[in-house]
Order: sequence, then structure tokens, then C-alpha cells
Amino acid sequence: MNLLGTWIAAGLTIAILSFLYRDNPLYKFAEHLFVGVSAGYWVIYIWAFDVKPMLVDEFFRQTGVEKWLLIVPAIFGVMMMMRWFRGAAWISRWPISFTVGIAAGLALTAQVQGYIIPQIQATLRPLVSIGNNTSEAINQSINNVVIFVGVVCALLFFYFSREHKGALKVGSKIGVVFLMIGFGASFGYTVMARISLLIGRLTFLLQVFGIR
Amino acid sequence: MKLLDRLANIDRRLIFLTIGFVVAIPIILKLKMPIRISSEVRSAYETIENLPGGSVVLASMDYDATSAPELTPMFRSFLRQCFRKKLKIVYTGHLAIGLPLAQFDLDAITQECNAVYGEDYINLGYRPGYTAVMIGIGREIRDFFAVDYKGVSVDSFPIMKGVHNYNDIALIVDFAHGSAAEYWIQYVVSRFGVKMFACVTGVMAPTLYPYLQAGQITGIIGGLQGAAEYEMLVGQPETAAFGMPAQSIAHIAIIAFIIFGNIGYFVMKRKK
Repeated sequence: MNLLGTWIAAGLTIAILSFLYRDNPLYKFAEHLFVGVSAGYWVIYIWAFDVKPMLVDEFFRQTGVEKWLLIVPAIFGVMMMMRWFRGAAWISRWPISFTVGIAAGLALTAQVQGYIIPQIQATLRPLVSIGNNTSEAINQSINNVVIFVGVVCALLFFYFSREHKGALKVGSKIGVVFLMIGFGASFGYTVMARISLLIGRLTFLLQVFGIR
Repeated sequence: MKLLDRLANIDRRLIFLTIGFVVAIPIILKLKMPIRISSEVRSAYETIENLPGGSVVLASMDYDATSAPELTPMFRSFLRQCFRKKLKIVYTGHLAIGLPLAQFDLDAITQECNAVYGEDYINLGYRPGYTAVMIGIGREIRDFFAVDYKGVSVDSFPIMKGVHNYNDIALIVDFAHGSAAEYWIQYVVSRFGVKMFACVTGVMAPTLYPYLQAGQITGIIGGLQGAAEYEMLVGQPETAAFGMPAQSIAHIAIIAFIIFGNIGYFVMKRKK
């Protein structure tokens, strides 16, 4: 059974890779199979790890008011599924607005507390670092200057209230260099990630065919 | 000029084939290369090393098959290091398809390290809700995970005794291929002050460096390179370390394609 599964996986991998040559029925089959299996898996998983333990089982386990409170998310769940019926689709907006409201509320504090303030704090550093270890202090000072210049110049690039001339133009040009370095690093990492996936698949295929 | 013209218009299938070859050959020949350990990976490794034995570590599986070649080696090394240090692992996640995938490796490494279910580690399974679950654990983990992935009450396992919220969790390690690591930092680390490091794909790694710089996380293990470094630190090189020669040669090939393509482009442009 394990061997059969391995060969199916190898066959499907080759079917997907065949797209690199051109679109073909084998690729289409593998793609549709993946989408279908994933969707089916999600349904089973949501039932087994969400609806059943947290709603159905909890309803029979709980006593008192908490038991009846579970009816509220159950009704919201049913309302969400009204999207499938054209005449009643508007009902789904209620639970959607509820989840959007929760997400927005949670994100607001998280963004301020966990992103904006710590990142501003990390940017406001002394340009000259002093310490017992001279070389470390020099390295730290260089880092802090780079961060300062990078942040200020990148912000200048996005300052559109005045025409970019003179000092503003110079600053924004330096900002573009910093942005490009950032994009380049991201792209480099992305290339590495994609090659890693290829390495993973080729290693698997070579093992299946007994070459490695 | 004919050669330059060809260089500027290389058939993309030829590029795919070349990349396929340069990746396959080092794998077949089992080439090896020295791996230099970066400070961010060493820092992640030392975060675990500095934890006292018996500490609880929450491992969040937020990746699936699309990034398994990068994250699976990290997860395996993480398990080995934790079990060697006698740490307790609480295994959960926010991607329904990711949890059973990583469970293959969980089962393999727990068997290898003779770890006992319910004592050394527990699989809490999946709960939807993402950030709501992350924040909710800060109050009481049982509000979301009253039972483990098989439906057995978590109170029946010794590992969960005294574990109620982030006060009882020494470290969070997120294995993510999306924004989950950022959510953990923003919603949990900042609010509850729990330590964390992230094991992420190469695509996600650059977005996390500002958090490392700000001291919000203790380390980053990013992409196959990070996984290879971590494997070397843990002392059991596997797929990541063996994949690095292929990775490096493929990078050289891609750089060569970019240079040749650009030379061809500029020469042809000047000619016109």
C-alpha cells in the first residue's frame, strides 16, 4: 500500500512538472485532483476538529446557560451558508460582518502594540554606539546609521506633497536604492525557496527511481 | 551577433531543463559543501539550549505540502533538539492540511528519541480562528483545546498538568510559510511577553528580519539554508544539508542566465 502511494505521488509529481513543457491533460488531471482532495480534506478536518468537538460535543457536555449560548455560533454558521441561495444570500452578511469586526478589532491593537511601536522604538537608536568592545561598537554604530538613513530616505521617496527637487530628490533617490536592495533580498530568498521545492521533489523522484 | 540574439531569446524550456540538471546532478553525486552558521540561526538554537529541562515549548505548524522541503528539516531538527534537552512539546497549528503532514515527522522522530505521548509531547490538533485562538490561549488553553487530536481530554495527560496559558509556556516556535509568524509576534509575543523564534520559508524570511532587529523574536531559521545550518548545529545533517550543493549550483546557473540575458538584451538594444 505504501509502495503504491509512493508511485502515485511520483506519477503526480511528473504530471505537474510536465506543465513546464506545455499545458496538457495529465497536468490538468493532477491539478484538479489536488484541488478536489484538498477541499475534501478541509471539509472532514473542519468537521472533526471544529464543528464536532467545539459545537456538537460541547452542547451535550455543557450545562446551564453556556450550553444554550452555543446556539448563537450554530445559527451564525447556518446564516453563513445562506450565500448558496440567491434570494437569501444577504443573510450571510451578518455573520461576515461579525467576523470582520472581530478581526479588525483584534488587528488594531496587535498592529499598534506588536508592530508600529516596537518598530519605531527599534529605529530610534543612538547613531554613535559606545561600548567596551570597540569593534562591536563601531559595527553597531554603522548599523544604526544605515537604519536611520534607510528609514528617512525611504520615507522621503513616499513624500508626494512636494515636487522631488534638490535635497528631496537626492534623499528620495537614496531611498529608492534602499528599497531596491530590500526587493532584491526578498527576490533572492524567493528564488532560494523555489529551488528548495525543486530539490525536495527531485530528491523524492530520484529516491523512488532508485538513482539516489 | 547571432549568439547574442539567441542569448536574449533563450527558450524558457531550455532554462527549466538546465535548472533541472544542475539541481539533479549534485543530488545524484551526493556532493557536500561546508555550511557556515549564521547568527540568527545560532541564536534560535541557543534559545532552546538555554531552556531548563522540563520547560514547555509550543510548536505551531503553519505550513503545508507547498513548503515541506524547506520546513520539514527544521521541524525534525527542532524535535531532536527538544527531546535531547528533555523539553515538553505541545503540538498544534492553524493550517488544517499542515498538521497531519508534519505528523509523519512527529511520529518518526518521537520513535527515534523514545518520546512518550502525553508525557514528552502532545498533539492538540487543529482549531480554526487563527488570531482568536492565539489570543484565547493567553487566558486558558482548554477553552480551545479541551481534548487532544484524538478527542481525549487533555487533563488526562501529565504533560498538560499546570499548563494553562502563556505563563506556563517557555517558548513558541512557529513553522510557517505565510503570515502566521507575524501574527504570533504581533498578537502573542507583544501582548503576553512570551519568547519566540520563527522557522519560515525563504519567501517569508526577509519580512521577519525587522522583528529580529527589534528584539521581538530571538532568532530566524529561514529557507533551506537556515534549515541546513540548524541541522548542522543539532548534529544530524539530513535533507537540507545535502540539498545545499544543489541549491548553490542552481543559484550560480540562475545568475549566469541573468547576466547572459542582460548582455544579450543590451547589445541587441544598442544594435537597434
